[in-house]
Amino acid sequence: MSAGTDKGRDMLWQRFTVAIPYIWLLIFFLAPFAIILKISTADPIIAQPPFTPTFDDGGALLATADNYKFLLTDKLYIITYLKSVSMAATATILCLLLGFPMAYGIARAGSAARSILLLLVILPFWISFLLRVYAWMGLLNNHGVINNFLMWLGIIDAPLQLIYTDFAIYIGLVYSYLPFMILPLYAILERMDLDLVDAALDLGARPSQAFWDVTWPLARPGVIAGCLLVFIPAMGEYVIPYLLGGPEALMIGRVLFDEFFVNRDWPLASSVAIVLLMMLVVPIVFLQRSQAKDAGGAA
Amino acid sequence: MTGNTNKNTGSHPFIELKDLSKHFGDFVAVDTVNLQIGRGELFSILGASGCGKTTLLRMMAGFETPTSGRIFIDGVDVTDQAPYQRPVNMMFQSYAIFPHMTVEKNVAYGLEKDRVSKGEIKTRVSEILELVQLTRFSKRKPNQLSGGERQRVALARALVKRPKVLLLDEPLAALDKKLREHTQFELMNIQDELGITFVVVTHDQEEAMILSSRIAVMEKGRFEQVGTPKEVYEYPDNRFVADFIGTINMFEGTVETAGDGSISVASDEAGAPLTGLTDRIMENGVKVCIAVRPEKIFISQHEPENQEDTCLPGVVEDLGYFGNLSLYRIRLDSGKIVQVSAQNRRRSAERFLEWDDRVFISWPPRSAIVLTE
Ligand SMILES: Nc1ncnc2c1ncn2[C@@H]1O[C@H](COP(=O)(O)OP(=O)(O)OP(=O)(O)O)[C@@H](O)[C@H]1O
Ligand SMILES: [Mg+2]
Repeated sequence: MSAGTDKGRDMLWQRFTVAIPYIWLLIFFLAPFAIILKISTADPIIAQPPFTPTFDDGGALLATADNYKFLLTDKLYIITYLKSVSMAATATILCLLLGFPMAYGIARAGSAARSILLLLVILPFWISFLLRVYAWMGLLNNHGVINNFLMWLGIIDAPLQLIYTDFAIYIGLVYSYLPFMILPLYAILERMDLDLVDAALDLGARPSQAFWDVTWPLARPGVIAGCLLVFIPAMGEYVIPYLLGGPEALMIGRVLFDEFFVNRDWPLASSVAIVLLMMLVVPIVFLQRSQAKDAGGAA
Repeated sequence: MTGNTNKNTGSHPFIELKDLSKHFGDFVAVDTVNLQIGRGELFSILGASGCGKTTLLRMMAGFETPTSGRIFIDGVDVTDQAPYQRPVNMMFQSYAIFPHMTVEKNVAYGLEKDRVSKGEIKTRVSEILELVQLTRFSKRKPNQLSGGERQRVALARALVKRPKVLLLDEPLAALDKKLREHTQFELMNIQDELGITFVVVTHDQEEAMILSSRIAVMEKGRFEQVGTPKEVYEYPDNRFVADFIGTINMFEGTVETAGDGSISVASDEAGAPLTGLTDRIMENGVKVCIAVRPEKIFISQHEPENQEDTCLPGVVEDLGYFGNLSLYRIRLDSGKIVQVSAQNRRRSAERFLEWDDRVFISWPPRSAIVLTE
């Protein structure tokens, strides 16, 4: 009898622990999402809160799709979205090009060197993200370290315009998100069986062929994970374009911020956020499908 | 017992290792190995775990650069050649099958790298899959295969390129006993059919005995002996080989009288003088070891008549019945335990010997191995 209730309690506990991540998602993702979605269908008013209710006093639906129509027809927004995608994608590719050799090198280093190198990759996380971006402002400034150094060397006469350019945004993005590329790549390269590469060489492959035939396809899950971890936050990045980019640096995160806090157009800002989310969710779902298919084919 | 013995061993060796060494920092994994292997031989390298077998093989395949020494294959110095340039293929201890490719793709990979035409790849792959009986599985991914099937994929992938030399690192270690025995004969057949020179690494001595034309016994990076299975079993060069291959009883002692190709050895362990035959000239007082295999020893309850034979009294300490043979552990008066095995030729209701029976064990001088090293 008591054993039965114990068992029942265990089951309940088990269910509860399994449910925790779902509860987490529900509270911290789904609920805010629902609120934002609701606001995005309202009209802005000067009131508190600054948007119209979803239903009027009689219970009739007031929701509109006007904000979305506006977003999808206004050239400015479309360009901003496209520009964000292209900047995030470029930053992701740069991270991959830099991160892959680094991860490869770390994974193949001796065990003592490996832990030091890994530590160096993680070290920047000890300092606040904002501080690190400010540090880049100091470096890239017209009278910053880099310009002063180049002028001291005599390579240039006048300071280069480094800060407040797309170049500065790329530096900021690549610098900030590189560890997110390196770590998943390292994880997968480190546990890869080196005999596989040797086997390819043994069967007549050049080292470069062995890389593309064996190392690359087996590292693919790490590449995908790394690219998502860089692309998603880079796409919505607000601080870096705001601090390092020029006034015309149109990234969607910045537009979103301006709509919320400068224009106080909450409904439009919400719809910008929803569209951004959709733009991120679609490729993620697509990638997950293809990965699941890969795993399914192998299992 | 001996497989295909030294057939068409040409005048010059097909594979030759000269003073080959490999150091990892201070650690010497392979220590000045010299070896010659003939064309078409099935050569085994036998040794305990960590003795340097894989390292030696990896140097032959080109994955490890020797610290010193040279490697010749078919008269060509390949020491500085990259793996893909060597006429050698390797079957890895881990099999190293590409997990993202089907069985068919795995096997075809080496041919694709050699730019063999599509049509030929197709026929050769299906031929070799037929040979290792994997045709049914050609479209499967490696993780849908059993250990034994994977091992055959690895074998097929290495064989399909028709290398001059095939290096096999513990090819059968992952298989159960039945399958292993079956595959051993399959391997010998394949080797016979294709005439490829095989170098097989194993730590299973029975496997080495069954498969090989010759065996190298390896210990701590060195070769202790190279010879036919019969040579290393019946005529071991030293104590290590004698002890490593099969079971053996060893009596330490000193030479008492020597001459005429025979010696008499005083041994406290035996409690009586032991006779051995040897060509070597030995001086009195030299430390030697007389070693006898369990199956070479006769056991009886009566003292044997033959005065030439060595005969020692003892007590049955333990006995085991194994169907075809019985194993006895005999305690000599000195306290030394001697292992004896006897064929169960007769079917009898009662056991021939019982615990604590007083017995005599004996062997002719020619059965005794004289070891000095
Ligand atoms: N890259 C390396 N660095 C340092 N030591 C190594 C390296 N490779 C092998 N060794 C050492 O060399 C010795 C021989 O290794 P090897 O792999 O050749 O052994 P093995 O005879 O194949 O053993 P097993 O039967 O267990 O496969 C081992 O002690 C191993 O630790
Ligand atoms: Mg090994």
